[in-house]
Parts: sequence; structure tokens; C-alpha cells
Amino acid sequence: MIGESMYQELILEHYKHPQGRGLREPYDAEVHHVNPTCGDEITLRVKVGDSGKIEDVSYDGQGCSISQAAASVLYELTTGSTVEETLSVVDEFTRLMQGRGQVEADEEVLGDAVAFAGVAKFPARVKCALLSWMAYKDAVVRSAR
Amino acid sequence: MTSAGFDVDRIRKDFPFLSRELPGGRPLVYLDSGNSSQKPAQVIETMREHLALHYGNVGRAMHVLGSESTEAYEGARDKVAAFVGAPSRDEVIFTKNASEALNLVAHAFGPHLWRGAEGDPRFALGPGDEIVISEMEHHSNIVPWQLLAQRTGATLKWFGVTDEGRLDLSGDVITERTKIVSIAHQSNVLGTVNPVAEVLRLARAAGALVMLDASQSVPHHPVNVAELGVDFVAFTGHKMVGPSGIGVLWGRRELLEAMPPFLGGGEMIEAVWMDHSTYAPVPHKFEAGTPPIVEAIGLGAAVDYLTEIGMDAIEAHERSLTAYALDALREVPGLRLIGPDSLDLRGGTLSFTLEGIHPHDVGQILDDSFGVAVRVGHHCARPLHLRFGIPATTRASFYLYNTTGEIDALVRGLHHVQKVFA
Repeated sequence: MIGESMYQELILEHYKHPQGRGLREPYDAEVHHVNPTCGDEITLRVKVGDSGKIEDVSYDGQGCSISQAAASVLYELTTGSTVEETLSVVDEFTRLMQGRGQVEADEEVLGDAVAFAGVAKFPARVKCALLSWMAYKDAVVRSAR
Repeated sequence: MTSAGFDVDRIRKDFPFLSRELPGGRPLVYLDSGNSSQKPAQVIETMREHLALHYGNVGRAMHVLGSESTEAYEGARDKVAAFVGAPSRDEVIFTKNASEALNLVAHAFGPHLWRGAEGDPRFALGPGDEIVISEMEHHSNIVPWQLLAQRTGATLKWFGVTDEGRLDLSGDVITERTKIVSIAHQSNVLGTVNPVAEVLRLARAAGALVMLDASQSVPHHPVNVAELGVDFVAFTGHKMVGPSGIGVLWGRRELLEAMPPFLGGGEMIEAVWMDHSTYAPVPHKFEAGTPPIVEAIGLGAAVDYLTEIGMDAIEAHERSLTAYALDALREVPGLRLIGPDSLDLRGGTLSFTLEGIHPHDVGQILDDSFGVAVRVGHHCARPLHLRFGIPATTRASFYLYNTTGEIDALVRGLHHVQKVFA
């Protein structure tokens, strides 16, 4: 059961009970990203507070368990942190996903997102995991304009 | 589960891939032949032997190897012509795949001037003229016609698809302005076999030409192009136990002769001056440059293989597999079949959704846990998926080497997928 190492309990839990799902007001930037190979898509909004902390990340979309669970984990890891802190989490998550399963995950930085380590061994699915995270990075950049 | 004279166990011995295991000792259950088929030893060996001992360029080399290659390459054309009932071997044009065959025909249409004064009015296309396709087409039978419409200002129209997954021939889609109708013989998603005679009748009444994308029918049913009565038929080698890199366009000779060349280059000419050229007779007019020699010969071997088993027997075997699979899939809760739910006018391609579970998750778990290879996604037929309001499906497609036991493995796998996501 090789593949099921990818479907960690935590991923399935986030898929079945997504955190922070749904588009909310107010927001500073909204982006729409798609994965053309599988049709997965996400619309994502960010609201940055005056203190430079992420006040809200709201999202809606459709896709496989990996892409949907990754958005849910992203919500949990980013809200309440400063923009800078969240961008370093995004960088670490990206490094893990693009590491072809050879990269040791930094649990200190990634928290629940380490559950996605197994996905890195499946090149076809890495884009699923990164969809919402890349959308988030894009939205943060746009919110600063 | 065999029909008279058809021994699936014997056939399976011809396919080397079935003797391998996947990592972790999983068996390999290949239910993705609609995507690409596996190859029997007879095809592999024919290609290996030709490359090793008989290889030379075709149609031009004045030595033994060149003549052996030419003989084998042109021999493959004879075999393909006989396989699909072509009235003449010269009507069989080798392309690199079905997409190229469709593009070749699309490129024959255009304004008169574009093709010189002798342009045939049947291929004259401009603003106000119409191209007709259908909503169930593979992208390869959509995009070439979109491009043609963009080049010429012609209008692209299409037949819709019914909820049951049949071509919807109601309404006046074909009109007297229609110049070409191009549809799938069998849908690569729905499995639906389309009513060619009915479409042909509508097209002929309007004076339009008719092309069939037979990529999913020629590998699985006896197909006779003369009996079908259409003008052009495209299919591809890799879906009919042959290699990739070789496809076929069959066309009625007088039409092929009236068409302009597609690609220019070596071997497609009669004589060349600095300012103009004259062209070789068909089929070579449409085969510019060194062709996929060994691939064509491999396709010839594939045709020999299929002929020896018999296309009637292959069709019957797949029909019994499809009946078995339709019954088995009906028992899976939350499974929605996209396509005809009966054996009537359908082939062995079954696409479906599982409630609440994305096809990519279905495909991944089937592969990783059970070694069951299916295709997931939109199968290069995105408009058809939009029509059914779904982003993607899981597709199982059968061929001569599949067994009912493999369908059982698929169903076991689907139950397991549902357990993981319950």
C-alpha cells in the first residue's frame, strides 16, 4: 500500500473537515489559480491587518483531497502570523514539495504541513499540494501593492 | 469468459508486460487501453528485427537495405488498407498519429486563391461556410477545426450530447452552408458508437464531406471504410497494439487527389524548380520527409496480429467484458456512469464519478494499492465534461487481453477507495 503513505490521516481529516473554507470580507487581494492538468482550481483572499499580521485567509475551490487539504492546512498555519513568518513557511513547504521525497521536513516551521511529505514522492501530485500555497503567495504580493 | 475460438489466456502470453510485477509485488491490471494499448511480442520482435537487419531509408535508396525497408514499409500500407477495407492501397496515408491526420484534412480547406486556380470547390471555405463537429469530441477533433475557422472566418458548429451520452441529432446543425462534418466513430469517454449512416445522410443532403475520428473504433471493431461510406477516416497505431509515432489517414482517392499537399519536403514531390514544384501522386504527396519507417512496419505487424485473432472475436470478447463491467459497476454505491448504461451501440470504455471523491484520488489509490491502471482527468475531452457539469472522470477501458478477473480487481479497488474517504 505504497500510495496510502500519501494519504495521511491528517490529510484526510483536513479534506473531510476543511478549516477556514469559504470566501469572506473584508480582503486586500483576491487571486484565482488553476491547475490545467487536472482542472483543480482555487479562489483565495487575504486580509492583512495594520500590525502586519494575516487577519484572514479565505478560499473556495474544487479539486482532489491533496489540493483541498493543503488549502485547509495553509489557512491554519497563516492566520495570526506576520506576513514574513508565513512566507518563510511557504518557502519551507515549497522546498519540501519539490524535494522528490529526499528533503527532511522542518517540523518546527511546518507544523501539520509535514503530513504532506509523502506527496513529494509523487511528482504528478506536487502541483495539487502547491496550488493553494502558490495562490497565497501571489495574493500576499498583490495585497502589498 | 471467452467466445468461440477466443482464448484470452493464450493472448495474454503474447503480451510481455503482463509478466512483470509492480514494486511491492503488486500485479499489473491494465485498464487504460483507450489511452494507449500494450504491444504483443510479435510487434516488438518485427520492429526489433527490422531495425537490426533490414533498416534503410524508404523510396530512394538504391541498395538492398533500402529496398528491403521500402518493401516492408509499403507492405505495411497494403496490410492497413486490407484491414480497413480501403478500395485502394494508395488511399492509405501514413501520418504520425490521428491528430496529424485530422489536421491534414482541416488544412485542405480554405479560400480558393490560397490553393491556386485549380482549387476544388468542395474544399473552398470562407466566411458564412460551416464546419460541424460534436460536443463529445477529443480535443484532436476540435482544435484543428477551431484553427481552421479562425484562419478562414468560417463558422464552427456542433451537435450536442444527450444526458444518456448519445449524439443529439435534433435541430438543424447541418445546413446547406456546411462543408465538412467531423465526428468520432466511438467516443473516447462515453464509449458511445455514433450513428454514422444517419450523420452521413444529413451531410450528403447538404453536400458536405464527412470525416470520422476512428481512433477508438478501428482497434476494437471490424471497420470497413468503404461500407461506412464516409470521405475520410483517421486512426492511430498505438491504440491498436502497434507503436506510437504512426497514424493513418484514409481518404477517398479522388478527394485526396483534389487536395493540396499538407507538409512540403522530400519524397512528396515529382519535380522541383526554384520557383515552384509538382507533387508526387497519392499517397506520397502527403508523406513529406523520412517517415516513421519502423513504426509503420510495426503497425503492419499489429494489423497481422489483430487479423489472425479476428476483429469479430475481439469485438465479442470486449462486449462480454463490457456487459460484465456494467453489471459490476452498478453495484458500487455512489457511482455515476457517464455514458450509455446498456450494451447497445457502445464499446468497452466506461467513465464514471464516485460521489465525493476526486478522480485523481481514485486513480492514485487504485494504482498504488491494487496496481489497477485507469485514466483520470478529462481525457482530452474537456467540453464533454463541462457538458456533464463535472471537472473529471475515472475511465476504465478494455482490450483483447483483459479479463473479468481484472474488472473484479477494479471493483474491489473502488470499494477500498470509498473506505479510505468514508
